[in-house]
Amino acid sequence: MENLERILSEHPFFSGLDKGFLELACGCARNARFESGAYIAHEGEAADQFYLLREGRVALQITAPGRGAATFLTLGPGDVFGVNWLVPPYRWTYDARTLDVTRAIAMDGKCLRNKCEADHHMGYDIMKRLMPIVIDRLHTTRLQFLDLYNADV
Amino acid sequence: MVPRIAHVRRRRHDAPDAWTLELDMADGAHVDYAPGQFNMLTAFGVGEAAISMSGDPATGPLIHTIRAVGPVSRALTELKPGEPIGVRGPFGVGWPMAAAEGKDVVLVAGGLGMAPLRPALYRLLGERSRYGKVTLLFGSRRPEDIVFRHEVENWRGRFDIDVDVTVDHAGADWRGHVGIVTTLIARLDLDPAKTIAMVCGPEVMMRFVSMALCDRGIAEESVWLSMERNMKCAIGHCGHCQLGPTFICRDGPVFTYRRLKPLLGVKEL
Repeated sequence: MENLERILSEHPFFSGLDKGFLELACGCARNARFESGAYIAHEGEAADQFYLLREGRVALQITAPGRGAATFLTLGPGDVFGVNWLVPPYRWTYDARTLDVTRAIAMDGKCLRNKCEADHHMGYDIMKRLMPIVIDRLHTTRLQFLDLYNADV
Repeated sequence: MVPRIAHVRRRRHDAPDAWTLELDMADGAHVDYAPGQFNMLTAFGVGEAAISMSGDPATGPLIHTIRAVGPVSRALTELKPGEPIGVRGPFGVGWPMAAAEGKDVVLVAGGLGMAPLRPALYRLLGERSRYGKVTLLFGSRRPEDIVFRHEVENWRGRFDIDVDVTVDHAGADWRGHVGIVTTLIARLDLDPAKTIAMVCGPEVMMRFVSMALCDRGIAEESVWLSMERNMKCAIGHCGHCQLGPTFICRDGPVFTYRRLKPLLGVKEL
């Protein structure tokens, strides 16, 4: 557990988190490893976990009828994905597929939700770490939507 | 100014809507230019357009990479080897190559914005010992739209430059980055105090790239942008390319973000 706590504290998402909160969060964490090409999450499935990437890359994909899977974002070490654990109905809204052998910390969403509910100070701290990620993803998605490099735009 | 005559030596398809023309001046002269400068190219009987040089200023023929977006640029891209073309230039102020000496250099290109940055990259690689760490971040629309693709792959294989490519849209078979080019800036390992950035791409992209670079600690006067406006005379007389108090053709096309920031914030300017 000590090793996991150290790994967690070194990940940018939890860096600087209060030691007590870190210990609580650590109780919801486990190491995870995925082969290249593995699906970590499927659209529509229960979002029980979120992931802090340590090594490897993950493609977030949406499949459109007749067009196959389209990757809309790739993530790498230091990135976080899967905020759906925080918002009902706690369901994945995209597929997450590894591009390389990937190592991550998998956080049990229900476990962390309960701890955040029990300690609002911890919940607020974690929320302050998640919100910039959500806002940044929203912003970059808007720019992608502008299709800036398209000569017809 | 009367255009000089050149002939198309070679024409290469570089992206779905972009072609690269290699030109020979009819009088055999070598055209000296600085990375980031541009020429006015004439498609005879159609018109004239401002096009940046995209070749190596140190060697070889005059090279321009052109995207077919309007009648003039389309006519230019349709010129065949041996056909004549008019050349006025070089014009404008180029990239701050002297100021970049001894510093780390980050090039951020979006789409065909890679073309005006390519001469700077040739200079950086040709005089490699004069510069610190060199990084190229390149955003494109789709994998098939990556301009100079083979060359970018060669740069990726070199040990003296870091290259990261991302696309906005990709199928499941693309194994590279997906996401706008600013996502690469967040992951950059850089020393902001000794870094100069050179940015070229659509204006919106440059606005957000500049903000992202400054968020990483790079000074506004160390971020340089190459602007594109409707250039007609190229010598600051006609006013078509005016952006507030500046003329892009005469005072630019390369400016610091510090100078452009107030202007970029003005809607519809």
